[in-house]
This record gives sequence, structure tokens and C-alpha cells, in this order.
Amino acid sequence: MLEQSVTTAGTRALTRRRQFAGPLAEALFFACAALAIVTSIGIVAVLVTEALPFFRSEGVSLLSFLTGTQWAPMIGRFGVLPLVTATVVISAIAMLVATPLGLGAAIYLSEYAAPQARQILKPTLELLAGVPTIVFGYFAITLLSPTLQAAFTPERVSIYNMAAAGLAMGLMLTPLVASMSEDALRAVPRSLREGSAALGATNLETTLFVVLPAALSGIVASLIVALSLAIGETTIVSIAAGAGPNLTLNPLASAETMTGHIARIAGGDLSHGSVDYLSIFAIGLLLFVITLTLNLASQAIVRRFREVYE
Amino acid sequence: MSAPPVEHYDPWAGATARRDAYRRLLNSGGRVAFAGCIGVALLALALLLGNIVSEAFGLVATVDERDRDGLVEGRAFTELSREDLARLLRQELSAGGLTRLEEERPLEERSLDDLRALVLARIVEPDVVGVWPLHESLLRRDAITAEVAAEEPGARLEFRSWLNWQFLTSPMASEPLEAGIRTAILGTLWVVSIAVLVAVPLGVAAAIYLEEFARNTRTTRLLRACITNLAGVPSIIYGMLGLVVFVRWGEALTGGRSILAAALALALLLLPIVIINAQEAIRAVPRSVREASMALGASPLYTVWHIVLPAARPGILTGTILAMSQAIGETAVLIAVGAATFIAFDPSGPHSAFTVLPIQIFNWTLRPQEEFRHLAAAAILVLLALLLSLNAVAIALRARLRGE
Repeated sequence: MLEQSVTTAGTRALTRRRQFAGPLAEALFFACAALAIVTSIGIVAVLVTEALPFFRSEGVSLLSFLTGTQWAPMIGRFGVLPLVTATVVISAIAMLVATPLGLGAAIYLSEYAAPQARQILKPTLELLAGVPTIVFGYFAITLLSPTLQAAFTPERVSIYNMAAAGLAMGLMLTPLVASMSEDALRAVPRSLREGSAALGATNLETTLFVVLPAALSGIVASLIVALSLAIGETTIVSIAAGAGPNLTLNPLASAETMTGHIARIAGGDLSHGSVDYLSIFAIGLLLFVITLTLNLASQAIVRRFREVYE
Repeated sequence: MSAPPVEHYDPWAGATARRDAYRRLLNSGGRVAFAGCIGVALLALALLLGNIVSEAFGLVATVDERDRDGLVEGRAFTELSREDLARLLRQELSAGGLTRLEEERPLEERSLDDLRALVLARIVEPDVVGVWPLHESLLRRDAITAEVAAEEPGARLEFRSWLNWQFLTSPMASEPLEAGIRTAILGTLWVVSIAVLVAVPLGVAAAIYLEEFARNTRTTRLLRACITNLAGVPSIIYGMLGLVVFVRWGEALTGGRSILAAALALALLLLPIVIINAQEAIRAVPRSVREASMALGASPLYTVWHIVLPAARPGILTGTILAMSQAIGETAVLIAVGAATFIAFDPSGPHSAFTVLPIQIFNWTLRPQEEFRHLAAAAILVLLALLLSLNAVAIALRARLRGE
């Protein structure tokens, strides 16, 4: 009798505590999740509020920033094109390396490799994915750059050059493309391959004309993600591409990218109010818009064009 | 009555056979090409690692500022006893420098190797006049010896491992033979631990909300979109955010370009990674387990805390280690937030100025003098060893947790 009433009282107390604990904990968990929204707003707010005074300062306008061909803070010229071309050239080289290598590796792993070979190859590729970017930067400047100089004579190749940075970056992106594309390829149902083989197609024909088209959305998404990473990559270009804006499409020349310039100025000792310092936030804003657009495009492609199989 | 057998005549038979042979050839060519892609990637990985190892060891030619064998008349440097070395230090060093050394540890109590290193660093002061990577040191040793003898007659040629105990335990120095990475290792430990301690609890809590509590509202969809897109924001932008918010606005709290400012910026970078991984881990816990718990009368909170989280622990742990590896190798954020380039003292707390391993490597790599590249290679080996052991721990822990 007594025991029973104690239990009832205990249960009631427990229930009451629960009634408070539940919503309180939920609110706490929500606050943590809301941090993601706060950070997103914070990024945009910081970039915009710091970039605004830059665009308001003398001799600078949005148009001259986006279309100017000269980046020379000393004489008040802030045209972002030289930094953009360097980013474009290096990213293009990186994608030219990462696309065939990554895609080829993905096709081999998903369509050809024996399970045992796959078990060894996949972790090894993941090892490559885990190597920090600074190591690829070191690779670019100590091995790739001297090799390029030896191949094309030092007169034509600067020790800091876009080709070395792009090649190292391509290598860095290869495992990412390989692993994302392989996921897309493996999601294609076996029955499609079997149907194709039953019609007399060779393994290669099945891969190229049946499996690849079926996995195309995932593959394109992986390439866009890789491109976005290439554009945002900072460490490799800071080390290997050179310090100093240079409007050129010659991959053997040295030229500073958007990210390289931001890193050099942000890490330096410029006073916070100077136009020079504020200019990096305008570049940052441009960088943010580009990478966000690419990421959104990749998500849209996956959502829109994904082939859903039962 | 059956029809007479029709004779099969296929005018294209020869062509078909030729075409099939061609298709088979293409097929095997494709196989070779795809395998070649992996081959090239792995070859590049081997080159990358080989290059680092080769740069981390090799021959070094030095010239003594003061000949080490002439310090004491008629006796070679290696024959000098501890007393001789201590006496030399007392004679040659300035009073202030000597006091500092004695305060650190009295000369009498120091070992022979320690004293030798001190005499070399403070009195002999060898200058590096030539360095060679491992492969050249092994293959062209005779040629290098002849070269050094011809160009720098007084130089001594020694095989040096740039990765050595002294390198791991010495602070940064401007002399390549004395420089070490102790400050950088300590800085990395400080920054990464704070960043992970901040990011993991917040990230796991956010993941719990999204997976267990969130209803499909507009806010929730916004949250998910933010997290997905934050994961794709370049790290240099997190660096700029950190520079403005934690270094400038929060200077009173963080002390400017400090460990704390860097760790907080890094935590923001890690947050989406941690959330996404924790979400996956929580999602992998079967629905039936939750339903069973609720059916026994447990509240949603109790179920999450005592049932779902323990089951998701291996996955969350893997995500944590992944975040840690990312933080250890991260360079761009720390360049922007401002890890200092030359710090010769140990970090004393969250507010102190600092440097980290990747920044140290970055600076050494950018130096024009070749000897610093070798230091960078040695530091990279330390960085990679750190990452590898971390991953090994992750695998081992996961195996144990799964076994339970």
C-alpha cells in the first residue's frame, strides 16, 4: 500500500520533470542547429558590410571592380579581372586533370575491378583524399614547377606558375571526383547492365552507352562540386601560383588568384580601414557568390535529373 | 509437307566478324585506359610521398664560423669532455645569455650531447652551404663530395635526417640547423582541441534536433539548406569571417590574433561537417529501437539520450575524427585569422599568439633558401604521421565500439 503510493508520487514527479525537460532540451538542440543559420547570415553580413565602404570609396564602383583589367591598389586601380583569369586558368587546368583521371578511376572501380582489387584501391584513393592541401602545395613548388621549368626552359616558365598549381590541384580533386562519381555509377541498378549485356553489348559499350548516361546527373554534380572547390582553394595557389596579380592566360606565367590575394592581404598587417584591406571583402563576396551558385547548381541537377529506379 | 530448308546466306557475315573483333579490341582498350587512370593517380601519390621523404633526409655541407676542432688547442671537438664544453660556454657567452641557460638548467647538470649541441649552436655556429635530397645523396655521393671539396674546401659533409628529436623539441629559429616545430605542434594541439571541443557538441546537438525533433516546416528546410551550403563555402571565407568577428570585433574576448580566435573560426568551418556526419550516424539507428523505447514509456528526450545516441556513437566518433583531421591540415583559415609566422615561445593559453604545423610548413616552403624546404618536408612527415595515427585510432575505436 505504502510502496504503491510512493511509486505513484515518484512517477508523478518524474512526469512533471519530463514535461519541462522535453521542450527545454528541444529548444537547446534547436539553438545549436540555428547556429547554422546565424553563421550563414554572419558570412553574408560581414562580407557585405565590409565590401560596402570599399565600393563607396573614391574611384571605385561595382562596374570598375568587375570589368577593370588592372589590380594595382597603389594607384587606386581595383579591377578584379586579373585575379579572376588566374582563378579560371588554374581551375580549368585542375579540372582537365581531375575529370578524366577521377572519372576513369570511378568507372574502373565500379565496372571493372574485381572485389579484391577494389578493396585495396578504394582505401588508397581515400588516402590521397586525406592528404592536406599544404602538402599538394609543397608538391607543386618542389617537384612540378622545377619539372615544368626543365621541360619548357626556365626562361619561359616562372618558378611560381599557374600550371604547377593547377596540376597539383587536379591531383587533389581526383579522389573526390572518383569517389562521388563511383557512388553515382554504383547506384545504377544491375538489371540495366544485364539487359545491355543480354542484347550483346560489350562491357565498354554497356558502360559508355547505358551506365554513364544513367549516372550522368551524379557525375555532373561531382564535377561541379570539384570545380567549386578548385575556385575556393587557397593554400596551393598561395604557395605555387605566385604573389602579384597578372592578367594573362599563359599557364606558365605566375599570377595571383582571388583566394591567393585574399590570403596574402588578410594575413598581412594592413590597417583595417584602408581601401586595400576592404577590397578583399569585395573579392570574398564575389568568390562566395560564385561558389554558392555552383553548389546550388549541383544540388539542383541532382534533384532534377536523378533517375529514380525501383 | 514441310517447306524445304532455307539456306542461310548472310552477305555481311565477314563484316560482322570484323566489327566484333574491333569491338572486342575497343573493350579491352577501355579496360586498360580506366585502370590506367587509377594507375596515374596512385603513381602521383607515390611521387608526392617519395618527394617528401627524399627532401627530409640527405647530405648537408656546413662551414663552421669558428672551427670546432680549434676551440681547444690540439684537441678535436668530439674529444672534449663535459667540463671542457661548460668552460667554453662560460668563456664565450654573454653574461645574460649564460644566466638564461643556467636558469633553464645548470650547465653542470646537462648531458654531454646537450652541451655539445649548445656549443655548436652558440659558438661554432655552422652555416649551411649546400643541401641535397636523399636520392641525390645516395646516387651521386662521390660527385657531391668532389663538388664540395672543390668549392668549399673547409666544409664538412654530413648525412642529416632533418626529422630528428631536436627538430621535434626545439622552438622556431632563424638558423635552419636549429629550427624546430615544438611551438607549431603545441599550437596545433591547442587550436584543434578547442575547435573540436566547440564544434562537436554543438554539431551533434544540431543533428539531434534535425533528426529527432524537427518537423517539416519552413524553418527546418531553411536550416537544412544552410547546412548543405555552409559545407561548400571555401575555407578562406571562414577565415575572413573569423578575422572580422573574432579577431577585430571580439578582440576584448579573444585577444586579437590568438589561439581562441583561430579555434572559433575553425569550429565554424567544422560545424557543417560534424552535423552532416552526426545526422547520418543518427539516421542509421533503426526506427524500431526508438519505437520500442517509446512503447516502454520513455520520453523522446530519454530515448534520444539513452538509446539513440549510444547506438550512433561509432558513427559520431568517426565524424569527430574526420573533423579533427580536417582541422589539423587546415591552412587557409589560419592564414587569414593570422597564425603568426615567427613565434619562438610556447603558447601559454587560449589568448596567446601562436603558429601551427601547416602554417610553419607554408612559411618554410615559401622561403627561397633550399634548406628550409628540407625543414618543411620534415614537418610534413610529422603532419602526415599525426593524421595517419589519428585515423588508425578511429578505426580501432570503431572496431571496439562495434564489438560491444
